[in-house]
Amino acid sequence: MKPFAYVAPASVDEAVALLAEKGERARPLAGGTDLLVQLRRGRFDLDVVVDVKRIPELTRIAYDRAEGLTVGAAVTCAVLGEHPEVRGLYPGLLDAASIIGGAAIQGRATLGGNLGNAAPSGDAIPALIVLGAEAIVAGPDGGRRVPVAGFCTGPGKTVLRRGELVVAFHVPAPHPRSGASYVRFIPRGEMDIAVAGVGAWVALSAGGDTEETSRVEAARIALAAVAPTPLCVESTGAALVGRAPVEVAFEEAAALAREAARPIDDMRGTLAQRRHLVGVLVKRALRKAVRRALGVS
Amino acid sequence: MAGKLLVSATINGEAVEFLCEPQQSLLTCLRDILGLTGAKEGCNDGNCGACGVLLNGRLVNSCLVLAAEVEGCDIVTVEGLASWQGLHPLQEAFIAEGALQCGYCTPGMLIASKALLDRNPNPTEQEIRSWLAGNLCRCTGYDKIVRAVQAAAQHLESSRRIERVAEKG
Repeated sequence: MKPFAYVAPASVDEAVALLAEKGERARPLAGGTDLLVQLRRGRFDLDVVVDVKRIPELTRIAYDRAEGLTVGAAVTCAVLGEHPEVRGLYPGLLDAASIIGGAAIQGRATLGGNLGNAAPSGDAIPALIVLGAEAIVAGPDGGRRVPVAGFCTGPGKTVLRRGELVVAFHVPAPHPRSGASYVRFIPRGEMDIAVAGVGAWVALSAGGDTEETSRVEAARIALAAVAPTPLCVESTGAALVGRAPVEVAFEEAAALAREAARPIDDMRGTLAQRRHLVGVLVKRALRKAVRRALGVS
Repeated sequence: MAGKLLVSATINGEAVEFLCEPQQSLLTCLRDILGLTGAKEGCNDGNCGACGVLLNGRLVNSCLVLAAEVEGCDIVTVEGLASWQGLHPLQEAFIAEGALQCGYCTPGMLIASKALLDRNPNPTEQEIRSWLAGNLCRCTGYDKIVRAVQAAAQHLESSRRIERVAEKG
């Protein structure tokens, strides 16, 4: 690995100043599970690595019934998975966070890193998108909030400007009759990068306690690994509104998602297989999200 | 170009201080500076688990941690499993069950297994296999490793029961 300097600032302002000063010659270091590998392979050539784990805002988790969930960008998947409110109220987020890599990776990997790395296959990203999450960004020109949907602009590329840093994620308080899920296809049981992944979120209108008797008020679907970026599929959400969340509706949503996906052939899967998987996984993700919305799982 | 950094940490219960380059991994420093050669380099990119250590109680791949990041942290390596009382029950179980051949994956397997039993004292077979998915073994086919973890879990649970009875006096 080419030599670089290591700095561990204690505040957001310090980190932003350093990142702004150094531009492309600096990158933030959270879990290191992507960055260190990339540095060893020469993808980046840096003067300094900015360890953000000593900054309190980046390692806090806070939940408030009105405000919702605020997760520091450098909270590890392992820590997130042990938080009682996250486990109880945002199991869909943990569906994703608990399958990034394996146990040792989750001891270090973070949501901020998964998003910042901006891989098309980043598992946390579709889950964050369908939950309506925003990235709370600090920068030299002040702070801003960026919806996770649209944060990634291409493989490895994001909307972040020079000096900007994702400090935390905000996820709205859960709609009372909502559920989210993330499901993924990989060759093994763990550790692999998604061949295809689907995040789903469904909110049901009041009344009706079975799939047949309830109605979808809103729904979101986002796909991993089948486009240059994680992909929101607006058409599926629209198609489900007002309908009973049953198989025939899921099948239509799956067909729309298959159409919207733009997969490629690569070493992990073929275009055809990925498109097929999107259909299968959309149905599974919706079933799971709906069961959670109904409170039956 | 930056100079060396001084890192202070607790390793296997002992306060340790060492100098390192900013880009050196914890794995490199454990092996080459501190003489703790239990953790192994198998892939250097987080895929094989042979470099596993506990960092503040968490299982991590030491190849993906910069030594500089462990300032003030608590680290346990395979060298820290045994005590003056003898080998750790996991180590005893790996020997009894024949859960190693070349032994290269073994330090990582032991550390990962300890991390599992620390948080899940009675794991199912599936839970063991899932947890150890990041630890690759080319020799054993994994079955004896799983059996060793189950045996160690039972042994540790029996010891805890005996301690609880003894406390009640």
